[in-house]
Amino acid sequence: MNTNTSPKKISAVNDFVVKFANVNGSGSASANEMFAKSILRMGVPVSPRNIFPSNIQGLPTWYEVRVTEKGYLGRRGGVDMMVAMNPQTWDKDIAEIAPGGYLLYDSTKALPASKFRDDINVIGVPLTEICNDTYSDPRERQLFKNIIYVGVLSALLGMDAEAIAELIGEQYKSKEKLLKHNVHALQLGRDYAMAKLTCPLPIRVEKRDNIGDMILVEGNAAAALGMVYGGATVCAWYPITPSSSVAEAFINYCQKLRLDTTNKSKYAIVQAEDEIASIGIVTGAGWNGARAFTATSGPGVSLMTEFIGLAYFAEIPVTIINVQRGGPSTGMPTRTQQADLISSAYAGHGDTKHVLLFPEDPNECFEFGAACLDLADRLQTPVFLMTDLDIGMNQRLCKPFKWDDAREYDRGKVMTYELLESGKEFGRYLDVDGDGVPFRTYPGTHPTKGGYFTRGTTKDAYARYSEAGPDYLYNVQRLLKKFNTAKKLVPQPIERKATQKTRLGALYFGSTSPAMNEAYDALEEQGTHVDLMRLRAFPFPDSVQAFVNAHDTVFVVEQNRDAQMRSMLVNELGINPAKLVPVLNYDGTPITARFIIKEVAERAAGLNVVPLRKGKEAV
Amino acid sequence: MTYLTKPTLHHPTLVKNKAGYTRRDYEGKVSTLCAGCGHDSISAAFIQACWELDIQPHRVAKLSGIGCSSKTPDYFLGNSHGFNTVHGRMPSVLTGANLANRELIYLGVSGDGDSASIGIGQFAHVMRRGVNMTYIVENNGVYGLTKGQFSATADQGSKSKKGVANTDSPVDMVALALQLGATYVGRSFSGDKRQLVPLIKGALAHQGAAFLDVVSPCVAFNNHAGSTKSYDYVREHNEAVSRIDFITTRSEITVDYPEGEVVEVAQHDGSTLRLRKLHPEYDPTNRISAMNYIQEHHAKGEVVTGLLYVDPQPEDLHTHLNTAEMPFNRMGKKELCPGSAMLERINASLR
Ligand SMILES: Cc1ncc(C[n+]2csc(CCOP(=O)(O)OP(=O)(O)O)c2C)c(N)n1
Ligand code: SF4
Ligand SMILES: [Mg+2]
Repeated sequence: MNTNTSPKKISAVNDFVVKFANVNGSGSASANEMFAKSILRMGVPVSPRNIFPSNIQGLPTWYEVRVTEKGYLGRRGGVDMMVAMNPQTWDKDIAEIAPGGYLLYDSTKALPASKFRDDINVIGVPLTEICNDTYSDPRERQLFKNIIYVGVLSALLGMDAEAIAELIGEQYKSKEKLLKHNVHALQLGRDYAMAKLTCPLPIRVEKRDNIGDMILVEGNAAAALGMVYGGATVCAWYPITPSSSVAEAFINYCQKLRLDTTNKSKYAIVQAEDEIASIGIVTGAGWNGARAFTATSGPGVSLMTEFIGLAYFAEIPVTIINVQRGGPSTGMPTRTQQADLISSAYAGHGDTKHVLLFPEDPNECFEFGAACLDLADRLQTPVFLMTDLDIGMNQRLCKPFKWDDAREYDRGKVMTYELLESGKEFGRYLDVDGDGVPFRTYPGTHPTKGGYFTRGTTKDAYARYSEAGPDYLYNVQRLLKKFNTAKKLVPQPIERKATQKTRLGALYFGSTSPAMNEAYDALEEQGTHVDLMRLRAFPFPDSVQAFVNAHDTVFVVEQNRDAQMRSMLVNELGINPAKLVPVLNYDGTPITARFIIKEVAERAAGLNVVPLRKGKEAV
Repeated sequence: MTYLTKPTLHHPTLVKNKAGYTRRDYEGKVSTLCAGCGHDSISAAFIQACWELDIQPHRVAKLSGIGCSSKTPDYFLGNSHGFNTVHGRMPSVLTGANLANRELIYLGVSGDGDSASIGIGQFAHVMRRGVNMTYIVENNGVYGLTKGQFSATADQGSKSKKGVANTDSPVDMVALALQLGATYVGRSFSGDKRQLVPLIKGALAHQGAAFLDVVSPCVAFNNHAGSTKSYDYVREHNEAVSRIDFITTRSEITVDYPEGEVVEVAQHDGSTLRLRKLHPEYDPTNRISAMNYIQEHHAKGEVVTGLLYVDPQPEDLHTHLNTAEMPFNRMGKKELCPGSAMLERINASLR
């Protein structure tokens, strides 16, 4: 059903955005995922994202797939094709389509013309009717409707029918009947489209070979796998979006990978009564020599703060996966932000600061996750893996996970029975190596040596009770030394130079990465040269200071309102704030390259940095 | 003086127990509590119990919250590891420690403020989970360390030192522990060593969640007329249901019991609790009747003491979680890391 006027038609190969508007629980998730994955199988990168408000009646959800031959995995913004399957959000969904874009909808029931726009291309398919004619079971009617629209799309976008069939085959490997039904449903959709619609559309997918050995995985699952490989045995958690799937994935992996020969578990997972108990359990396990972690989000970290402070002063290894979201429980809990930087970096009471790692994607969630466990032991302190909803809960294309079998766990400085027997001096808080990190003993090690009483700061270097000023100073200054030691142990920043010498720099981190990389290309193309540095950890290694010194102006790109990373840079490195220009995205949606390009280009212009050649206008 | 040390020279005539330790090996730093504080008597009872049980001191991990009571683990078992955690949250730390190494003996020391006020949530959940531990609340009805405010175990109508009456109803930790699934529950009085030491021994040998509520008068803030946690009040209102003796598999039975009222309860680890029932109708292996009995006597203003409930075949958190025999803190890469070949398989499943 086309409208009378003929609107322009967006035309693009392997570079467009399809958005699905669905009702939660209608079985759309797996169909949508299948759509995204089959494009991958055609060798074309995709970047899918879930958008799911937590609090709206009828529970609408959206799934957005960016098809991007160039491998730009950030959110692009804008919608070229809307698959509108939720009547409740219809008006909003229609409004979102770019002029010249496409709308695919269920045309079983006629809709008045006022429900459409005349600058978009409307494609109606009587999905319900097809389903009702084919299936009698109401559940099947619902489920296969999703597969049918994937079939329609596959024809409209010129997709490879084999790639999808292959995927369905893998998914229902041992379920013969389901396999047959799904293939049939897909074919129904394809046949309808081929017979009744113009296929393919001017937006379409063409085969490429741009995937290589990359994998598609959620950051939360990757972090959980990092915990398995890194040797975590105790996980204590309290459910909170967007972190819950970390613990859930850890459970799943452990059930397969962590049973001993008698089928007993080499892991323990406690769903605690709250986040205070979660971190308490992790603290107890760390104190007693097991690797332990918790996964949480902002409100949970707030509750954990007292324990985090104690673990810092008592010097206990603790790993906290903080999957950031927007603010309080009635804030934007299902939206993404990087707004818990300061509250994590300085969580506690008294003078405290903590090690934070900032993974850019699931691959780094895995790698840094395992690294957190090593760092926590090496430094005997809380370490945070700072991810966010965007990385954590969306499948992201990334490099495959790697593990070197020669790698040993770094358990840090642990005084064993043998060392104690050999007469080596033990002072629990004694800085024997000059790096601020003392030796510890596990409880129960030796009948007469190495026992000590753990408490906050009222202690001397031998863990004896002391309220003396010099003893306090010794310990807290040593903690500072230890924090400096951490600078060399954490993942170092990664620089990406502009193609020409420039006085402009940009610092960014975490989930901003794909948008920043895309923005870099576009800015280069328009003649705005910016050197990039991706921060991967706090405390900031010396190279960060050097990078800032080497530029007149440094953009600090982050996803929060208060420029928290910028504050930490000023606070820790004593940088002149005027030099650090904030670029801030904080509406709850993932930052886009479009946003960065606009902000940077505008400000660069204001700074009188003359582009070296006349560039195109920002996209 | 910021820290106190004691000469640790052993007197050659000090007797050694079967584990080869003298009583002194079970002592700790000199207490900094008020002279006459009930908590110190409880520390002495711990020392006695561990010495008599031939426990190797360093195989005990002592965990506590915050309060005068929670300071006491520094005053006994000086060679053991101890952890003064945060106020009201000892149970979670103990749970984590216990998960990390199932082979140690875990002792949780807490106060009534620490466990019944700020920490009532963690108290409840550690009992529900059946963590293998001995959990003692040194119960004085007040916050000693912060100078005498009422705690949640203070009886309604009891008077503070300044004469203010408490209007809130009290939390009965024993009733709570029973309701929540603790598998060894007793109440005692810091002044009654004869009852307390065997109760602690039984708790230490118990392979599940053992809870002891020990009324422990605070001489500084809660030992006056009008207080229901004073030495005098408890002596007058103590209603002991039983006297127990704790007998390990190794020790010979030395105590003589009068006919008729003795029950023997064999524990999971082979040790025996020999119970002399003072109240013939009392059945310590029946959770429901124990709960009723305590409530009835509470209504009459009596503090029922003794071993109130025991499940001789308890289960603990490790059993529930089906964890491996090898302690987690001894596992390394070999036990824990699935290796690169498996990772390749995982990668393949994500394409
Ligand atoms: C979070 C927190 N709030 C308050 C305090 C102050 N505080 C220290 S001990 C205590 C009460 C202890 O009472 P109880 O557990 O009964 O121990 P007691 O001193 O009576 O043995 C309080 C409120 C604290 N340490 N931490
Ligand atoms: S204040 Fe009370 S509880 Fe604290 S040490 Fe003194 S007597 Fe004991
Ligand atoms: Mg008290």
